[in-house]
Amino acid sequence: MGMTMTQKIMAAHAGRESVAAGDFIEADLDMVLGNDITAPPAIAEFERMGSGKVFHRDRIALVPDHFAPNKDIKAAQQCKIMRDFAHSQGITNYFEIGEMGIEHALLPEKGIVVAGDAVIGADSHTCTYGALGAFSTGVGSTDMAAGMSTGKAWFKVPSAISIVLKNKPGEWVSGKDIILHIIGMIGVDGARYKSMEYSGDGVEHLSMDDRFTMANMAIEAGAKNGIFPVDQVTEDYMDGRARREWKVYGPDGDADYDQVFEIDLSKIRPTVSFPHSPDNTHTIDDIPRVGIDQVVIGSCTNGRLDDMRMAARILKGRRVAKGVRTIIFPATQEIYLQSVKEGLIQIFIEAGAIVSTPTCGPCLGGHMGILAEGEKAVSTTNRNFIGRMGHHTSQVYLASPAVAAASAVRGFISSPENLEVV
Amino acid sequence: MESRGRVIKFGDNIDTDLIIAARYLSTADPKELAVHFMEDLDPEISKRVREGDIVVAGRNFGCGSSREHAPIAIKGAGVSCVIAESFARIFYRNSFNIGLPIIESPEASRDISDGDQIRVDYETGEITNITTGRKYSGEAYPPFIRKIIEKGGLVGYVKAGGTE
Repeated sequence: MGMTMTQKIMAAHAGRESVAAGDFIEADLDMVLGNDITAPPAIAEFERMGSGKVFHRDRIALVPDHFAPNKDIKAAQQCKIMRDFAHSQGITNYFEIGEMGIEHALLPEKGIVVAGDAVIGADSHTCTYGALGAFSTGVGSTDMAAGMSTGKAWFKVPSAISIVLKNKPGEWVSGKDIILHIIGMIGVDGARYKSMEYSGDGVEHLSMDDRFTMANMAIEAGAKNGIFPVDQVTEDYMDGRARREWKVYGPDGDADYDQVFEIDLSKIRPTVSFPHSPDNTHTIDDIPRVGIDQVVIGSCTNGRLDDMRMAARILKGRRVAKGVRTIIFPATQEIYLQSVKEGLIQIFIEAGAIVSTPTCGPCLGGHMGILAEGEKAVSTTNRNFIGRMGHHTSQVYLASPAVAAASAVRGFISSPENLEVV
Repeated sequence: MESRGRVIKFGDNIDTDLIIAARYLSTADPKELAVHFMEDLDPEISKRVREGDIVVAGRNFGCGSSREHAPIAIKGAGVSCVIAESFARIFYRNSFNIGLPIIESPEASRDISDGDQIRVDYETGEITNITTGRKYSGEAYPPFIRKIIEKGGLVGYVKAGGTE
């Protein structure tokens, strides 16, 4: 039986001709990632392992992004543990404030992860790099410690579901709507332990940023990873960024998939996940009037340039509704700077939104936009669990940047289609 | 080796934000985290949990974030074992890595009630409901995971040259 794309990358990194679903393997890692929440416990475990030096100073990335810029003294201490470790180990891919961005936007942008890689990160959204055609998955701090020490990780080889994308999405439909639609269809454990492998002629209509968003939320379907084929769009993105040579893998023609889903992208509607689960999806046509207190546009899911441009397209010449606190945070310094150059930041400020430095802060209820009791938010982030963005009675509606921006303008959850674009 | 304790029952899709909210992640200290265990679901629960209690939950337990703070908070709260119909994959790895015993058993998950007294035999995977007298089988650990458990978690496994 043939191998899936993920299995082929795993086999290559385990030094094996082939692997099959259910095999336990130890694979060589191209990159090991951690952040200010997960790296400090990993560093403590690394010390307990008695390893001394990390396996490779260029193959570890440490990004203070969650509670950074330091939100309080405890967060400052956590960041300091990571900074001191990075300096003492001579780790090259440490990014201080000023260079820093949200890890899953930053690493692809800097060319630190490339097609064909095997990557672990002590952050569940490490699956984002599957958009580049890499095998990439989230782990905990102890796995990160072992990875930093040995350059290896153990894996149970996953089976996969195949998602065949057909046709072109509509004007207001982005990668976010597609992935929310898929999660709504298969459920939050619909791909548990499995790979989500994308293919089909619809892929060519998806920008790199759309693909990052879709691979990013594989974890919200319980998947081990989400992965896209490498095409011209991918290679154009990596060209000039990649710090290492990339390698293109694809599934065997007779690869075995547990399930195959065919999705007509032209039929997907702007989609919103209602509280408190990402699979509680409704299309924009099927939504009652839900008044909102806050809109958040950004995060590792939707803080990229496409997202900023889409938000600006809707907010240009308009004002956010009175009382709707609108927080926009570009995911990296490069995205922020480009947004300045293109005049997007001016549009946001003139619309009455605020613009934040890159941080994961509001997405996980850390800082920079916590919700009070009973408040409702439309957010382009990835989770709407109970208490995710603040008080346990607050409610988060997950949506695309287009829906979020349109909702900010109208003050309730709205379709971008119902606004006249200037 | 076995665990014996009172059951605290939860439903499906218990996510890691519920197990330990992100606002408490500025520390990985088990006792500090334990104070806020499941706080957003039930603010009184950390007072209710007793040393040795066993969590029994439904599908996809531990979904969401990769935070190892979640199994650490559960262990810190005194919980001796988690039984679920199924586990989210990162939580599954993390639990073995930090030494929190977990067992998949759909039948135990469905049949056991909050407050039941149960016994878990880790050698055989057998779960006994002392309150009702019923027995259930848990899924055996794959040999690879058994090796990690035998070394006392991933740190011990690496120290013993496991991933050389």
